[in-house]
Amino acid sequence: MPGDPVAAIAARMAQGMSNATGVQAVYEQYTELFGTDKPIPEQFVIYLRNVLRGDFGYSISQYPRTVGDVISSSIGWTLMLQLPAILVGWILGNLLGALAAYIRKGFDRVLMPASLFLSNLPAFGMAVILLVIFAVNLKWFPTSGGYDYAMVPSASWEFMWSVIVHYQLPFWSIVLITIGGQAIGMRSMAIYELNADYVKYARFLGVKDSKIIRYVFRNAMLPQITGLALSIGTMVSGALVAEIIFSYPGLGNTILTAVRGGDYPLISATTLIITWMVLLAFFSLEILYGLIDPRIKAAQSE
Amino acid sequence: MRYMLGQIFSSVRFRIGFSIFAFILLTVLIYPLIITEPPLKTISRGTFLSPGIYVNVYDSIGFSPQYTLLLDGAAERRIAAKLNADDRASMKEWLVKAGLPEESIDTQDTAALLEVWHANFDPTIRLPGMTNADRNYYIRLNTALDGLLATEGATIAVPDATTGALKEQAVVDQTSYVNIYEVPNSRVFPLGTDNFGRDVLTELVAATGVSLIIGFVAGTVATVIGLLLGLISGFLGGFVDDAIIFVTNLFTVIPSFIILILITFSIGQDKRGAITIAVVIGLTSWVWTTRAVRAQVISLRNRDHVNLSRLSGHSTAYILMADIFPYIASYVVMAFILQVSSGILAEAGLSILGLGPRTTEVPTLGLMMNWGMIYQAHILGKWWAYFPVILVIALITFSLNLMQTGLDRVFNPTLRE
Repeated sequence: MPGDPVAAIAARMAQGMSNATGVQAVYEQYTELFGTDKPIPEQFVIYLRNVLRGDFGYSISQYPRTVGDVISSSIGWTLMLQLPAILVGWILGNLLGALAAYIRKGFDRVLMPASLFLSNLPAFGMAVILLVIFAVNLKWFPTSGGYDYAMVPSASWEFMWSVIVHYQLPFWSIVLITIGGQAIGMRSMAIYELNADYVKYARFLGVKDSKIIRYVFRNAMLPQITGLALSIGTMVSGALVAEIIFSYPGLGNTILTAVRGGDYPLISATTLIITWMVLLAFFSLEILYGLIDPRIKAAQSE
Repeated sequence: MRYMLGQIFSSVRFRIGFSIFAFILLTVLIYPLIITEPPLKTISRGTFLSPGIYVNVYDSIGFSPQYTLLLDGAAERRIAAKLNADDRASMKEWLVKAGLPEESIDTQDTAALLEVWHANFDPTIRLPGMTNADRNYYIRLNTALDGLLATEGATIAVPDATTGALKEQAVVDQTSYVNIYEVPNSRVFPLGTDNFGRDVLTELVAATGVSLIIGFVAGTVATVIGLLLGLISGFLGGFVDDAIIFVTNLFTVIPSFIILILITFSIGQDKRGAITIAVVIGLTSWVWTTRAVRAQVISLRNRDHVNLSRLSGHSTAYILMADIFPYIASYVVMAFILQVSSGILAEAGLSILGLGPRTTEVPTLGLMMNWGMIYQAHILGKWWAYFPVILVIALITFSLNLMQTGLDRVFNPTLRE
């Protein structure tokens, strides 16, 4: 691996020292602290053992903070931002897609090309555009951060308000990006279901339209849930880059500072945490799918 | 073949997507033939010059033929450029504070306003409630107003080589004009310059080319790996299938962007070229192709013609190429198109994180975006440094996806409405 990040931090700590053996001692102390004096395979085993105990070691770029400390201060922001945003975007997208499939004509003609273009805009592009329009030009929202710089995090109303105001732009940029792709998927699924035999049969029987729509929507939802599970990784990575554009104090910025500082422990821990989060989301969606789809219950009871 | 092309081009979506993509591709190919300047050459001092035509001042006042044009409203426009609405409002504010009746001041009548101003303004007066900064602003404004209504021209003088005294050389009248085509040095910046003082349009065209190559290489690597693994695992089944599907599942649940971050970070800044990045992107994004190809191969492998081929003693490789591949070829082409577009997006995301190709050789769309963000182009309102980049990225992915859905309609008749 390129560069010796421990040398950089040792040089920072030994600044102004003219005594060569002193500098050497500082360097050795840090290599021991970070464990880089041992061979790579041994380092890896030690790392695995520590991670299992929940110990990610010290951050190099933000020494003497521990990696666990850095991550725990940023993971809440990311969870609070991305989980609601992706869910809201998914629900709105599905509703719009189903509406487009049901109404067709005018609504569909406007919505389809719009969502096709929206879903092709990269997440950071949407973030920059919203930022420029609503924060720089209209000045409705602040340009960066998770709360006002002048404030200290506390449970006061002012602080909560500041958090809410800072929350809007990152939230809506993720929602808008999510809507496009989901609407397209839902629309084609709903059209497919609307043409299915059971819908025609129900129509001939004179079942009310609103009831048919409920069945159609439910059936079209199932593949959409699988789709969400499979694309959640891509969504999260897009949203992380969007966080960076807004300097939101979440994991996206943690990765950025780690990359800039050559901070190996922080990078590996952050990516590990994100992977865990995605896996957890994946797992809960699978369980949800089992609850919603009667076929899975039926298969299990056989 | 001709029939198939006709079919494909009868799809409106494909036609739109193809035209956008062809336009971008042609621009990338033709532009460097016309403007041969290297894209990363710094050609201006100062950052973020706004888009426009830059004419050499020295040439236009000294050496180009000058013409007299008598145009209406030239003086008004000249004054308006020097004295904008804000300045007029603050002049009025000062005069009102100084005790003049508000109705008597008309901010639209420049001559009258200047007259009242010159009669009343006194830089030594300290008005109540005015900060020092305000006072300095008014003093600067007052200096700028000098000679605003003058009608005589400006004199160009050169210092005498021996005495150093200024000698009049020419007079530039207010009605003098030059023809821009007769000024030997002028330069058009259709999209201004960026933070390093480079021509954004030239840079953008080069970056688009490099990003397309990255997308193409990444797409090829991903499609080849995905196709091979999918064919093998779907056709052979058994242990090989289990092993491949295990790896595929692993890669499906771990976000490929995270793997990308880890790999590019480990490669290190100086070893990351554009092609290296492209190959790494390709190596992490083959999963979807594998899954889909495998599913299709499984549905194909017990068809009669495949069994017949097997009975005839053809080798596995031959069966895969001759009996199975033609059935999935259209799908592979569509998957390839999507891989190209996601490869371009992945590069952009990586570059914004600071993990893009090293910056000294070639620009990419992601790197341009990264530079724009680092130098705060979006906060400073320098739209030309980031918006064209976003637009090009969106247009490329939009056109590729349109082409893909168009192809999908042609090859999957069930999707037609």
